[in-house]
Amino acid sequence: MKKNQVLTLLVVLVMIGAVLAGCGESKTIKIGTIQSISGPVSTYGIQTRDAIQMAVDEINAKGGVLGKQLELIVEDDEASPDKTTNAFKKLVAKDKVTAVIGALISKCTLAITKEAQAKKVVLLTPTSTNDTVTDAGDYIFMACYNDSFQGQVGAQFAYETLRAKKAAILYDITNDYSKGLATNFQDKFESLGGTIVASESYSAGDKDFNAQLTKIKAAKPEVLFIPDYYNTVSLIAKQVKSQGLNVTMLGADGWDEITNNAGDEVLGSYYCNHYSPLSDDPDVQTFVQKYSEKFNMTPNALAALGYDATYILAEAIERAGSTDSEMIKAALMETDGKYVTGYIRFNEQRRPVKSAVMLKVTKDAAGKLITEYAGTVNP
Amino acid sequence: MGILQEFLQQMVNGLALGSIYALIALGYTMVYGIVQLINFAHGDILMLGAFAGFFVLIAAPVTPLTFIVAFLVAMLVCALIGIIIERTCYKPLRSAPRINALITAIGVSMFLENGARVVPQIGPNPRQYPTLPNVNYDFGGVGVSRIQAIVFLVSISLMVVLNYMVNHTKIGKAMRAVSHDRNAGSLMGINVNRVISFTFAVGSSLAAAAGILFASAYPQVEPYMGIMPGLKAFVAAVLGGIGSIPGAMIGGFIMGIAETLTKGFISSQLADAIAFGILIIILVVKPSGILGRNVSEKV
Repeated sequence: MKKNQVLTLLVVLVMIGAVLAGCGESKTIKIGTIQSISGPVSTYGIQTRDAIQMAVDEINAKGGVLGKQLELIVEDDEASPDKTTNAFKKLVAKDKVTAVIGALISKCTLAITKEAQAKKVVLLTPTSTNDTVTDAGDYIFMACYNDSFQGQVGAQFAYETLRAKKAAILYDITNDYSKGLATNFQDKFESLGGTIVASESYSAGDKDFNAQLTKIKAAKPEVLFIPDYYNTVSLIAKQVKSQGLNVTMLGADGWDEITNNAGDEVLGSYYCNHYSPLSDDPDVQTFVQKYSEKFNMTPNALAALGYDATYILAEAIERAGSTDSEMIKAALMETDGKYVTGYIRFNEQRRPVKSAVMLKVTKDAAGKLITEYAGTVNP
Repeated sequence: MGILQEFLQQMVNGLALGSIYALIALGYTMVYGIVQLINFAHGDILMLGAFAGFFVLIAAPVTPLTFIVAFLVAMLVCALIGIIIERTCYKPLRSAPRINALITAIGVSMFLENGARVVPQIGPNPRQYPTLPNVNYDFGGVGVSRIQAIVFLVSISLMVVLNYMVNHTKIGKAMRAVSHDRNAGSLMGINVNRVISFTFAVGSSLAAAAGILFASAYPQVEPYMGIMPGLKAFVAAVLGGIGSIPGAMIGGFIMGIAETLTKGFISSQLADAIAFGILIIILVVKPSGILGRNVSEKV
């Protein structure tokens, strides 16, 4: 009995020792990332995580940052904001990360921006496009363009290129991303001289859109703007076709990957995106080549943004010469360079100003859905 | 499209949605009628049925024949799952207080949902459901898609078959007897365990059929897909009078039509609020539901 107690005490002491040792000067720089690796947008989460990991590996192979290796800690939020909050708290309190890359989708990112600002943790979201993401304060950055711009691009394309005069919108009212895009599309389309003949909404998780589509059909639009993620879009698109509604469908960057997640019902639709893997830009080509060699698939736009975000952050830490968030934050503002998704310089809202590409969904000779470059829209 | 056509079109949408709710509600109501248990795992059996059909449909080209095979396989698989769940989870609790069985049902539901997430063949991410190519039939400006027609016809025929079985066959008679008084039924020579197993098998196979119909109408499958339709069908069963088979059908149609008309003419945000609001009103006016029997509690 006595012996057992001594042994237990010893084990406990060793464990405490191990924990304390971990608290000393760390040999790595820890970067946290929160991605939606499972759940409705998992394709995005997995590819973004892989691209971030690829960038981290490349940076480490070149000697790391400030002479230290980067260590990436990945958390999954299942695209649910409360899980994002938990993951963020874990990364900050337990792992004591230097900075966080994430979250993936806007409603998840919005759940942690205030917390990040209060805790003074640099948060760089690679992919959340909502306009209000960076409103929480000067520790929040985004590596992608925002929804005001994206909504305007869609509206401009519909009015000027497709010459549509009547548009309808079907959006998810419980999703900040979808709602923001719907408003921006409507404002721009109306200011160009078009009319929004129907603006209908649904809630996250809805599967039956027949009622809304019947209403939209009665309003006879020429284009239908559906600002949501690929999984919901493919559900809506199927019901659009089964209702016999004949419109050109338009979307935003949430449609990325639609070609692998939908059928013929999305044929002939357009969406705007952050980059096209078909672009002849040398940075894009090197990235696409490296990624496809490693993971055996073409990277989507979110992967490209994740890759860019990692480099932007690593370069800022290098410039700052320290892992102090205050200094990293200042160094991020000095970002000025050409990346895979374009030229990036942060404006006073800590978001980059860059161009968008329009893609058209078509079929290749083998009958597989592919996207085709349909033009670039500059800010 | 005039306002009349639009209204009729919304009614068609509502009937198609309502017939799926009705089919699911039948499973709730049958089980409740026999063992007074609200089987909260019912929506998850719907999910398993949809996946059973999914594996058939991706293994062979989608034709009307494989579709029928998918139905039969899914109904059989789910009937077995229903019997296993009843034997392992609910039977040991048959004489325990009702709340214990209810909590067990919630546990089974969570087990099925999260178990499906872990199984690599199913996994946590939504998948596209293979469907028959779409055809839209036009009746004077009111469109009916092929899948809406299939959903409606299959649901109605299953309901007719079920109604016949319960009211005009020997096993149906036994079911009614067990529902009325389990001990007296047992004294009359009815094998109560077998009747209860049979009820679970029938209820679960109806859920499987509803699962395939739901997944074909809204072609996406994922482990949590059964929660919302399960919940709405439960409300439909209560609305119609839980324990009553025609009540479940009426309740299902009311829910489907109320939801669609609210989305179509008022606001899509209020759809669930109004559907559940109808439930509250009916329960206030007639606590046992539209066709429910008033049972006086024996003390």
